Amino acid sequence: MSESVSRRRFLAQGAAGVSAVWVSAHWPALMAAAQHAHQAAKSATPPKFAFFSADEAKEIDAITSRIIPTDETPGAHEAGVLYFIDHGLTTFAVDDQKTYREGLPELRLRVAEMFPGTSKFSELTPEQQDEVLHSFDDQNQRGRQRRLRTSPGAQNFFETVRQHTVAGFLIAPDYGGNQDGAGWKVIGREHEYMFQPPFGYYDKGYPGWEVASKEEMKEAEKK
Amino acid sequence: MLQQSRYKASEEVDFVIIGSGAAGGVLAKELSTNGFRVVVLEQGPYLTEVGFTHNEIAVLKHHQLTNHPELQPTTFRKTPQEQAKRQPALVYGRMVGGSSVHFTANYWRFHEIDFVERRKVGPISGTGFADWPITYADLEPYYTKVEWEIGVSGLADASPFDPPRSKPYPMPPLPVKSGGVIFERAARKLGWHPFPAPMAILSQARPGRSACVQCGFCESFGCEVGAKSSTLATVIRMAETTGRCEIRPNCYVHRIETNANGRVIGTAYFDEKRVAHLQKAKAVVVCANGAETPRLLLLSANKQFPNGLANSSGLVGKYLMLNSGPSAMAVFEHPLNDYKGVAVSRVLHDFYELDPQKVGFYGGGGLDARFDLTPINFALNGYDMGGLPPGTPRWGKEFKAALAHNYTRTLEIVSHGTSLPVESNSFSLDPDLQDAWGLPALRMTYKDHPDDLKLGAFLRDRIMELLDVANAVQKWASPVEEQTFAYHLLGTCRMGNDPKSSIINADHRAHDVKNLFLCDGSSLVTSGRGQPTETISALAYRAADRITALAGRGDI
Repeated sequence: MSESVSRRRFLAQGAAGVSAVWVSAHWPALMAAAQHAHQAAKSATPPKFAFFSADEAKEIDAITSRIIPTDETPGAHEAGVLYFIDHGLTTFAVDDQKTYREGLPELRLRVAEMFPGTSKFSELTPEQQDEVLHSFDDQNQRGRQRRLRTSPGAQNFFETVRQHTVAGFLIAPDYGGNQDGAGWKVIGREHEYMFQPPFGYYDKGYPGWEVASKEEMKEAEKK
Repeated sequence: MLQQSRYKASEEVDFVIIGSGAAGGVLAKELSTNGFRVVVLEQGPYLTEVGFTHNEIAVLKHHQLTNHPELQPTTFRKTPQEQAKRQPALVYGRMVGGSSVHFTANYWRFHEIDFVERRKVGPISGTGFADWPITYADLEPYYTKVEWEIGVSGLADASPFDPPRSKPYPMPPLPVKSGGVIFERAARKLGWHPFPAPMAILSQARPGRSACVQCGFCESFGCEVGAKSSTLATVIRMAETTGRCEIRPNCYVHRIETNANGRVIGTAYFDEKRVAHLQKAKAVVVCANGAETPRLLLLSANKQFPNGLANSSGLVGKYLMLNSGPSAMAVFEHPLNDYKGVAVSRVLHDFYELDPQKVGFYGGGGLDARFDLTPINFALNGYDMGGLPPGTPRWGKEFKAALAHNYTRTLEIVSHGTSLPVESNSFSLDPDLQDAWGLPALRMTYKDHPDDLKLGAFLRDRIMELLDVANAVQKWASPVEEQTFAYHLLGTCRMGNDPKSSIINADHRAHDVKNLFLCDGSSLVTSGRGQPTETISALAYRAADRITALAGRGDI
């Protein structure tokens, strides 16, 4: 488990590593991004992209759809993650523009190398798409130690898209967030601000707190 | 924010308090209530309930409520022989209310043993293990005072290991969660003694403050309904009501100024626009936390105090203790929905005081059942991190399926244990790296004492034993390893009677500077068992009494 990291350290590194992705962002801009995603996804006319060309958007939509695929429940596509990222790249995640600018051509090259005849990720079969993404991801894992120390601009493309996709899928819907709470429905999180017990299966019918007997308490103190 | 009194920087106030957290907030209230004119200089912004959100990205990724690793970079090394490397080394609340705003709100008293353990256990090689100059009995009235004044939920006498108390908790415990029930049942099967977690979160409303609504966003977040008993939601408002206390946010204090007589005359700080000011004061109380307090003393070095202020012992910044504590996670058959409610509902203290003769090492700790991962943190599992089991794919169909199944069924058991005071474990000024203000960055040096790691392994084994009995479907433990990141910042300007081995006396007065007081996590002599906030606030109530008495005698 040389690569394993305790949870507490994860929170710390999450703060450090992920902040590189989200650096210089401001919350209002993020809210705007999420709301933009809502509107764009709801709009009947094809939305205008702030950052991506129509072709690039297709590619990003295809990647996010492999990161959180659509099956019997909604995926990244239904959650409007593409629009969340597009808007983000001109606002709160502006530092990641370079990652996308450099990553998209890299993606084209990789697709062409692995599947001669096309350079479009979105034209591959889902299985082929996964193969391409694995080629990015495996490289990413090997390069982890080095990557964590590099500047935000050098962040690995796939890792950045992955983090943006997860954030766009699970961000609190109240602040814009995942379209129609799609992400929270998938993970089983109720969209409420207040909860009351019983909360789950095991505290249902809880008889109430019982103090241990006097003898037990005395016994415990002796130990 | 209430209408506040305003002081000019050139006006000499009675006290400047640096920092407004678990200690600074309490001292602001106590000293202003006692009639003193007080200015609190807080590094972070003045946010209130309306400024708090459930927004994971703003809070966790953008450091809305905490120190910023880009503006305030830090370095880390394990031993003084190593060259420190730039990496995030610590987190603390950076706002009015400090870490008491974003903490999980576990609120444990220290036990009697925590103050006198050295004389019971004897010396431990490689450490500066020492006893406190005060005892639990000295602090008990202040533990009671803080519990009643800010509002703490709990059940007195529910744990056979609880220290004596003069009053019960002011309100009943918060509702038990599914994770708490699992923990309680399994622990009892093992003959252990779980009890309702004492939490600084209201189970009953108080004037101007809602009872907890169980929204589940406690750890790392500010409470939107005022139910978390931060100093922001409680004593800071009381301080402002006196009309004698000004809370001045966005003030980055970088130097304590002294005169030819070796007395403090005020504090130099940058305001939000980085304009320099000097706030004059008759006395200064530093409550900037266990990292920033020693850093400020070291930054305040001058001809008269070449090693830093209050540092004739050379121990400022040393004997850092972080508390040790591995954790384990588990998945259960049915949904727990532990994302609802406060993080922790059951704890146990059966291993608080282990017998070194029996276990072969010094230490002790407590366990709690919790869930404190927000959705994005849970899902960004990375490499054996976050909330998903090790080896879970990081994307794709299986990733999504794991999220869908596990999010509601996951529980974590966390241990909280002792750290021994090792002299080389420290905060110091990094000679090479500067922060955004051009000041030397914090350098952390830390290597867990071997006994701390043995304790970690012991507590991890107890956690796995409990999860076995609890019939967890799947369980995995975090590795027991040397720590490289700090949440609890303890012991770096410790209290003691001997100026050669401590920084402050039992009145929190610096041994070397008569009108300088230090009170926060840095004052602690031992680490306790992992939940230091109540002790920090209780110390602040006591310090305020001592300082007021000294001022009354004209002895400051």
